[in-house]
This record gives sequence, C-alpha cells and structure tokens, in this order.
Amino acid sequence: MKKKRLIPILLLRNGWLVQSKQFSRYQNLGNPISSVKRLSEWASDELIYLDISNGDSYDMRRDDLAHPNRHSIFEIIEDVAKVAYMPITVGGHIRNLQDIEKRLSLGADKVALNTMAIDDPQFVETAAKEFGSQCIVISIDVKLQGESQFVMARGGKQLTAYAPEDWAKTVEQLGAGEILLNSIDRDGMKNGYDIELLNRVTDSVRIPVIACGGVGEWRHFAEALDKTGVDAVAAANIFHYSDQSVFLAKKYLSEQGLNVRLPSLFEI
Amino acid sequence: MSYVCILDYGSGNVKSVYNLFSSIAEHVVISNDPTEIRQATHFVLPGVGAFSAAMRKIRERLPMDLLEKVVLNDKKPFLGICVGMQVLATRGMEFGECPGLGWIEGNVEIINSKQLPLPHIGWNNVSGKKDSPLLTGLGNDPDFYFVHSYAYHLKNDQHLLATTTYGENFCSAVQRENIYGVQFHPEKSQRTGIRLAKNFLALL
Repeated sequence: MKKKRLIPILLLRNGWLVQSKQFSRYQNLGNPISSVKRLSEWASDELIYLDISNGDSYDMRRDDLAHPNRHSIFEIIEDVAKVAYMPITVGGHIRNLQDIEKRLSLGADKVALNTMAIDDPQFVETAAKEFGSQCIVISIDVKLQGESQFVMARGGKQLTAYAPEDWAKTVEQLGAGEILLNSIDRDGMKNGYDIELLNRVTDSVRIPVIACGGVGEWRHFAEALDKTGVDAVAAANIFHYSDQSVFLAKKYLSEQGLNVRLPSLFEI
Repeated sequence: MSYVCILDYGSGNVKSVYNLFSSIAEHVVISNDPTEIRQATHFVLPGVGAFSAAMRKIRERLPMDLLEKVVLNDKKPFLGICVGMQVLATRGMEFGECPGLGWIEGNVEIINSKQLPLPHIGWNNVSGKKDSPLLTGLGNDPDFYFVHSYAYHLKNDQHLLATTTYGENFCSAVQRENIYGVQFHPEKSQRTGIRLAKNFLALL
C-alpha cells in the first residue's frame, strides 16, 4: 500500500540553512549539508530544498545572513545527492527550462515553482511536457487578507487575485504533478496546520498535496493525515532542533495507526 | 571484484544510480564504450521518461551486439531500473506500440489504477513472489520508491519476482536467469535500495 510521506523542508538563504517565521524573520541554523545525512538515516521520505535567498534584502541584525556561504544551491544539490538516497525537490529562483535541467542533472528529482508559475502559467505546461508531470511541484503560499485567503507571489510579498483552490485547479490542469501548500500565517507559529485550507485544496484537485506551515508538535502531522486528504506532511523548523527528529515523528505516526513508512532496521 | 557498467545512452537519472553503486562497488563507470563493456562484471540499465524514446536512444547509442553477447551468452548479471526494466519486454504501449529488447516476454501497458491518480509516485510495498538472491535480507514487503504510469505484463508467470499494489497488483520485479528488472528506484530507496544493490553485486 502506498504510504503517506513525511518530508523535511530545508530553507536556504544565501547558502545558509535558516529557520523562518511568517516569511519575514530568519534565524541562521548553520551548514545545510551536514544535516542531510542524518535526515536520510532517519528515513525521511523525501527532502525539499527551497532557496529563499533574496539579493536585495539585508538583515541588519544578523550580518552573517547577508554574507554568502561558500555553498551555492548547485553545490548543495550535488553534495546532497551523494549522501541522501531519496527523492529531492529543489525550489527557488527557477525562471526557465535551463534552470530546471541544471538542477535535475545535478541530482534533483523534482523542482518546485512558485512565482514563475504565477508570472507565466503557460510555463507550467511547457515544463511538465518537457520533464514530465512527476517532476513539477507547484509551491503555493497562502495568506489571509481581511476575510479571505489569497495566493501570494515573490516569497509572500506580492498579493495575487487567486483563491488557493482555484490556483491549485489551474496548475493541475496545466500539468503540475504535486502541490506544496504553505500557510504564511502559520509559518513558524507552531500552532498546527491550517486544516480548513488543506481540505479546501485537497477537495479541489486529484494530484497529491503536501501540507506545510505551522507544525509545532508531532500530533500536528497526525491531525493533517487524519482530517484531510493530503498525501504528505512537511515541515522545516521542527526537524532541526531534536536528535532523531524524523525517526521519532515516524514512530509517533505509526503508533497512531497512520500509514507511514518506518525506518528500515535490518542490517546492510 | 565487481566492475559495474551503468549503460550510458543519455538517460536522465544516471547520476543518482552512479552515486548508489559507487558507495558499494570497487569500480563503477557510466559508459557505452565496448572496452568497458567487455571488462565489466555487472550491468545496470537506468531509465526515465517514455518507453519509445528510451528504446530509440538505446538502439542508437549502445553496442547492441556486444551487449547481447555479454548478457545473453556470457550471462553476466544485468539489472534494469524503471524504464530500464520495461524495455526488457517484447513491446511497450506508451505513445503507440514500440518494440522492446524482448529479453523477457511481455508487454508494458498503462497501470489500471482504478480511481487513483497516475503517475504512481511514492513509497510502496514490494512483495516477493519467489525466493531470490536479489530480494534477500529485505524483510517482509519492503518499501521502495516508485515513479511510473506503466507496468510490465509478463507472458510467463515464472519470470515474476515481485508485485506491488496500486489500484491493481502489478509486476514490480522480473527475472529470467541472469537478467533482473525492478520497476522501483533502488537509488532513491535509502537503506532498502542499498541492500538490493549489494544483493545484485553479490550475483555472479
């Protein structure tokens, strides 16, 4: 039986692994590569790398964030592919087919598109035809504006006219293979996923939806798998602070009777 | 000493397959060079994308006579992965009918997934249908990572090594003598994949 997936997201900013809160505050967590081998050994089902570097921003309170680390996104993909034998999705700064091809050739399996899909929806179709739908993940950032939620572009900075479920349907029709659905309002808040948002989107599409934004405890993963039709649960911050985090999360979900893949315990 | 030749015909995911085998084998090359093919002890045929595109490139870029000699006559261990497994069939049905290598009789057809979305992407159980050195030590119904929409329909059940369920029970591993094929991706399946690759290298 096909399993529900648990996916750590690694946020990169100028080559550093960072923690994010509501897309506006960032804290440096260190080297992005050293954590990967552990995440692989703990049986993460996939990894998602999102490069959220922003050339024109400068965080005055944390000088180190503004100094580029020696790792470019390309070096990171290449190094990660050598130690992590699992599917890797890479997002951020993808503007054309060459950008996708380069990431795939270095060892990525899928790419995540966000702003580019909004700027040029036809690009989703072009990319899906060129590389296959299984390769194209559309990342959707959602924010509450007054009474309603809208899709945001440019790392949460630009409001669009799309309701999340309408945009999800549109990209599905264009050939997207998966949707990574993130709530900006929940990002870094540790109060759980936006269950209502997850249901609205999973009810509107057939392609797999990956939940993101708000996990503060293992039970938040279980809640989304229990109450919504998501195919995967993802989180960033929670995985970086405790030893064996993915393993413990998997163990918890399995004990709750959820259909997840357990770490393999046999000798190799 | 194992000498692994990953057959190079312009398939997309060669790097991950290379990374997996180089972590466990003494010598690994990605090549279509006859000199390498003569020296290699184990052959791996990776593959992503459509059946017909893969077959066209295989016929264009691989020395088929030599490959048939080392695999079919000398019986060196051979492992096809994903589309590299599917092309072992008599024919594929993706984008029109297309002849395969015909090394293990059968057709490759779209999965009857019932209501489930295609492609079938994710971790799923692989249930062994007979004892095989390839699947040894993996535990019961191990999880492997899949990405595909088409599956192998074997003509002879004796070549069936394992099945997986997604809407229907489909064939997820095949074997005829020294020729093995897996629909899933060992190179994306962490410890389970490493163990399967080690099992393959232990074949003589």
